Order: sequence, then C-alpha cells, then structure tokens
Amino acid sequence: MDSSLLAILQVGALALVLVAIHRPLGDYMARIYSSTKDLRVERGFYRLIGVDARAEQSWMAYLRSVLAFSLIGVLLVYALQRAQAVLPYSLGLPAVPEGLSFNTAVSFVTNTNWQSYSPEATMGYTVQLAGLAVQNFVSAAVGIAVAIALVRGLRRTRQGTLGNFWVDLTRGTLRLLLPLAALVAIVLIAGGVIQNFAGFTDVTTLSGGTQSIPGGPVASQEAIKMLGTNGGGFFNANSSHPFENPTGFTNLVQIVLMLAIPFSLPRTFGAMVGDKRQGYAILAAMAAIFVVSLTALTLFELGGAGTAPQLAGAAMEGKETRFGIAASTLFGSTSTLTSTGAVNSMHDSFTSLGGMMPMINMMLGEVAPGGVGSGLYGMLILAVIAVFIAGLLVGRTPEYLGKKLGPREIKLASLYILVTPTLVLAGTALSFAIPAIRADVEGTSILNPGLHGLSEVLYAFTSAANNNGSAFAGLTANTPWFNTALGVAMLFGRFIPIVLVLALAGSLAAQPKIPSTAGTLPTHRPQFVGLLVGVTIIVSALTYFPVLALAPLAEGL
Amino acid sequence: MSTRSRSGRQYWVALRAMVVFTVVLGIGYTAVVTGIGQLALPAQAGGQPVSDADGQVVGSALIGQSFTDADGNALPQWFQSRPSAAGSGYDGTASSGSNLGPENADLIAAIGERRAAVAKLEGVSESEVPADAVTASASGLDPQISPEYARLQVARVAEARDLPEAKVSALVDSFVEGRDLGILGDPTVNVLELNLALASMAG
Repeated sequence: MDSSLLAILQVGALALVLVAIHRPLGDYMARIYSSTKDLRVERGFYRLIGVDARAEQSWMAYLRSVLAFSLIGVLLVYALQRAQAVLPYSLGLPAVPEGLSFNTAVSFVTNTNWQSYSPEATMGYTVQLAGLAVQNFVSAAVGIAVAIALVRGLRRTRQGTLGNFWVDLTRGTLRLLLPLAALVAIVLIAGGVIQNFAGFTDVTTLSGGTQSIPGGPVASQEAIKMLGTNGGGFFNANSSHPFENPTGFTNLVQIVLMLAIPFSLPRTFGAMVGDKRQGYAILAAMAAIFVVSLTALTLFELGGAGTAPQLAGAAMEGKETRFGIAASTLFGSTSTLTSTGAVNSMHDSFTSLGGMMPMINMMLGEVAPGGVGSGLYGMLILAVIAVFIAGLLVGRTPEYLGKKLGPREIKLASLYILVTPTLVLAGTALSFAIPAIRADVEGTSILNPGLHGLSEVLYAFTSAANNNGSAFAGLTANTPWFNTALGVAMLFGRFIPIVLVLALAGSLAAQPKIPSTAGTLPTHRPQFVGLLVGVTIIVSALTYFPVLALAPLAEGL
Repeated sequence: MSTRSRSGRQYWVALRAMVVFTVVLGIGYTAVVTGIGQLALPAQAGGQPVSDADGQVVGSALIGQSFTDADGNALPQWFQSRPSAAGSGYDGTASSGSNLGPENADLIAAIGERRAAVAKLEGVSESEVPADAVTASASGLDPQISPEYARLQVARVAEARDLPEAKVSALVDSFVEGRDLGILGDPTVNVLELNLALASMAG
C-alpha cells in the first residue's frame, strides 16, 4: 500500500477513536469538577490532610496552594534521588548528584519530564515509583485544575473565588487519572509492555554472546506517562524501547492516551460555560493546527531530504522497523503538540526540516491540543488575544463569553505569551554568549557539529520552557550549565504562566456578565476559529522565525 | 489569621497530601497493576523470554540481539539485525539511538561503509541494500528488520547452513508479520525468532 495512504488511514483511525471518546470523557470531566458531592474516600483524604472541601479559594489562595504543593513535590523528589543509595529496590545505583537531582525534580513536578540522564543507569525502582510516577499523576492533575479554575473564572460572575485547589487536585487524581491509568496499564501489558520487578537478567544469546535484559514496572509508568502528557521514559530510548512500546497497536494506544484528555477538555470547557459551541470552536482550532503540522512532518520524513537519508534510501536513522515513518511522525507530532515529549523515534536524526516541526509545535505554545490542562488554558489565553485583536480592528471593547477584556486582562494575557519565548531565546543566547559556557556547550554538550548543534541547544530550551521534555537527544545535557539553566526554564515556564492564568481567572470571576449585543463578536463560528488559528501562528512565527532561520531552516534549505 | 501562617499551613497540607499520594499512586497503583499483570498476563509482563531447543533462555522476543563474532563481524549462518547504537551494539543496559543528524559527516560515512559491507556479505549490488540495513534504530534494541532485508539475506544464510534456498525463503515468508489492524506501523520480520526457527530446522 502507498505510504501516504497508510499515513492517512492511520490518522483516520486515530480520529475515529478520539471522536468516540471526547464526548463521554469531556462530559465526565465537567461533572467531576462541577459536582458538589465528595466520595467517601475523598472525605477521608480531606480529613487526613486537613482540608475543608467546601471552602472556596480566591485566586491568590488557589495559587498559594498550587505553589506550596509543587514546592513540596520538588523537595520530595529531590530528597528521594539524593537518598537513592539507601533506598530499597535501587538496583545498586548510587545517589543521584545534586545538579541532576534538581533538574529531574523540577522536570517531573512541572510536567516536563526532561531527562538529562539515562534512566536504566541512573534511577532505581523506588525513585521511579515513589518519586517520578507520583509526579506523573499529580503534575497532570495540577495542570487540569488550573485550566478548570480559568473556566470557572469565565463562568462565574461577581465572585471572588475559583473553587478549591485541593478538591480539584484530588478529584482529578482519584476520579480521572488513577482509574484510567490502571485500566490502560493492563491493556498495555496485554500488548506486550513489561510489568515486573526482575531487575537485569543476564542471558547467553543465540550466537553465544551475552546480553543483559532489563525488567521493571514499565506498563504502570507508561500509562500515566502518556495519559498525563508527561513523557518521561522508564528507559533511555523512551517509547522507542520495545519494552515500553512493543507494537504498532501499543503505539496507537499511546498516541490516543496523549490526546484523550487534551482533546476532551474543550468539551468540558463548553459544558462548564453552558455553551458547547464555544468548546467546539476551541477544539476546531486545535485540530486544524494538529492536522497541518502532522502533514508537514510526515511529508518531510517520507521525502527523506538530506545527505544521510538520501544515502540510506529513507529517513530510517533513529526510527524503529515496526513503526516505519508514518507511525513515527504521528507519534512525534502528537508528543510535541501536546506537552508530552515522549519519543518513539529520535528527533535529532529527523531530516532538517522534519526536525524543525517538533520545535515549531512547541513554539506554538503547545496548544494544539497541548498538555493536560495547560493546552486548554494556553488556547483560552490566545482566544483572549484574538478577541482583543478583533476588537481593535472594528473599534469595539473586546469581550469573551460575556466578560469585558479590559487593560488588566489584556496585560495578563500578553505577559503570558511573552514568558516562554523570553526563556527560550534568552537561554539559547546565553549558551553561546558567555565564553566559558559556550566552550562547555560546544565541547561537551553538542553532538552534531555546525548548524545542527545550534538546533540541539534551541530544541532543549524550547522543550524545557514549554514543559515538553523531548530532546534532540544527542545533546549531553547532564552538565552544570544545562541542568541549572533548563531547570530554571522549566520552573519559570510552568509557574509564571500559572500565576498569570489564575490572576486572569480571578479578575474575570469578579466581573459581572455583560449581555451580548448585535455588535458582540461571536466566538463559536468558523470566522473566529480562523482568527484564533491565525493569531496562534502569527504570534509564534514573529517571535521565532529569526532563530529558526539560523538553525534548522539554514540546514534544510 | 495572618498571611504568613495561612501559607505556612498550605505547606503542611501539601506535605500530608504528597505523602498520601506517594502511598496510593507510587506504591498502591503499581502493586495492583503488577499483581494483575503477573497473574493474568505473566508472559507479557515478564518480557516474553524465548528459549532455544534445549530450553535455555536466549533472550526476549522483543529485544534485538547481535549475531556477530567478538570483533563485530557478521556470522554468515545467522540472519543479521540492524546496526545498533545501544552501547557497543544491542546493549540492554544502554538503549539509545545514534542521534546523529542528517548532515552529520560520521553518519554519512557510516552509512556508506555499512552499505558496502552488507552488499559484500550478501553478494548483491549496493543499490539493493534496504534503508533499515544501513541505519541504526531509535532504541538500539530493534528486534525486527524489514521483510526486504530478511529476503536479501536468504541466499547467504542458506549457503552457510547448506540448506536449500527455497526452504529458507519459505521460512522467512512465514515469519513476516503484517501491520497491526492492517494499517499501523510497517511489516517486519523478528530476527531472533527467525534465527531460532532456523536453528531448529538445521537440527
């Protein structure tokens, strides 16, 4: 069968699954976060941690809870890594060094899952489970909670509160992520993903050599890694490792998992603001960008331009036989258009223009459909900007869902879209501008010389600041500079936007609802979807085009 | 209550919540999934070990291995796997791709050398060597090769084992796995499983 036809059929199958699940899942999430009833187990949990589930929080209180919970998470994951030598099930691995522990703790708490290390040689089972897997759940639940708080801000009128963070966190974890992850983990085991505590087993191979075969509780990690758009692999090779992702079927399951919640949240949003069409407009903008980006990457890789791919006959360097090109590009696009950052093929070895697409995906702000929660709040911020621009064009005060967008709201939204570009460009520039660091970056970290080396550094900061976690993995990032700089980029890239989103939510919630008139811009029609897509692309294109021209474009053209 | 004591309380709540989550999500969840996996799907959960005719475990059906001598030269009696960037080749403790970029001089040179070596080994022209035979996979543990690369090796393996070529060719055909659901991924041949069948055939 023709490879482009196969690629289309594969996307068609994915689309069918997503269409089927977005409605029940989206409505279920709306019920979870709207319900006033607590489960018995939740009441016990609230008593245990000392929380009054009925207490409403202002945006500042909600934010304080988010930050306190995340700080405790960073400290705990850091401590676990530093104590690895004395923890059980550590496979004899030593304590993780300070710089790497900091980077990894921040990475998993911020839902980035950037890995400066090779897991099978660094992290024992206890750190993977008690540290990393737990953050895979709760960092995802935090992202959804913040998005829901913003939706409540749009929905509520003349109120000072946004809900209760601890309740949103608990419900997202216990009612949504935990049951789904457990179910999917079993499906993944049935598909061949391993789940054991066997450690490394040495065997004599068929031709008389020796091989050390790893074990590990992989399926349980894998399920939440994808469902929570985390992306941190149990093994260095991530989802290209046959024990993480053994077949074309498990590959599709993983892609569905990455997209399930992000593509269902617009439905949740529509249901919670009482106008489902608003949700579908957001969804349409996300899906349009997704399809265009995926098509571009797939065409670039099938085309196989560049000296090495031409010489090999196809762009198969860094790709697995069982996936081929189309299932690799579908995975890569999905992973970087969400905030997952898992890989089933090595992006560093993509064609020059193909390798640029994951970067562009992240530079768009990961809004198509984005990470769990972060994708929705990112797209809603862009909707605010789009409405503002439309308002400027026709000379009317901008409003979105009956909320007036005044100077304060526009300032918050504008600051939001400035945060990650600043981190990406400043981090990349500093890597080359400071002579001592430049020497280290070029001497130790960069694998591929020339323009491709600049791409590796640009990719790293793009990935960290956008909390994606994928890499041009030739880069040796386990150095003092990258562990620190990328750690800071991940922290600021996660929490400054969250501060701004919650501030915006608080300011919207306090407003009255203004009735829509004939002059109100309808935000559920194709016209607005087009405007939203345009704003999304123009904002990031203007920001990043110069640096893209210096690296992947220069290499590929 | 002052702001300071309120936010101090948040940290106490956060710590307790994190401890409970660690028990439930880190330990409880993993234990339940492991338990179900080990009871209901032991072969899959255990990584699908495969044994030779004597019942000796020789590897995993999912993890590729090298069929070379100590110097890395291909052993002609075995079907060969793809080039591997995991350690010194198919190192199960060091899964990795090469991460070499499309214009990297080392990669370009390596592809040229591999192409010449495969063409020489199989006694075919360089243009007949498929892409997967000259490129390293993403994991370095790719257990499979393309059906084209497997068929390319039939004549050489048959000769080294003194088997009729048609018989080896038929064996390869029986090991071609199609796409999942007919559309997902690409057709493959599992090298270790093929070689195991080959070994028992030679008896």
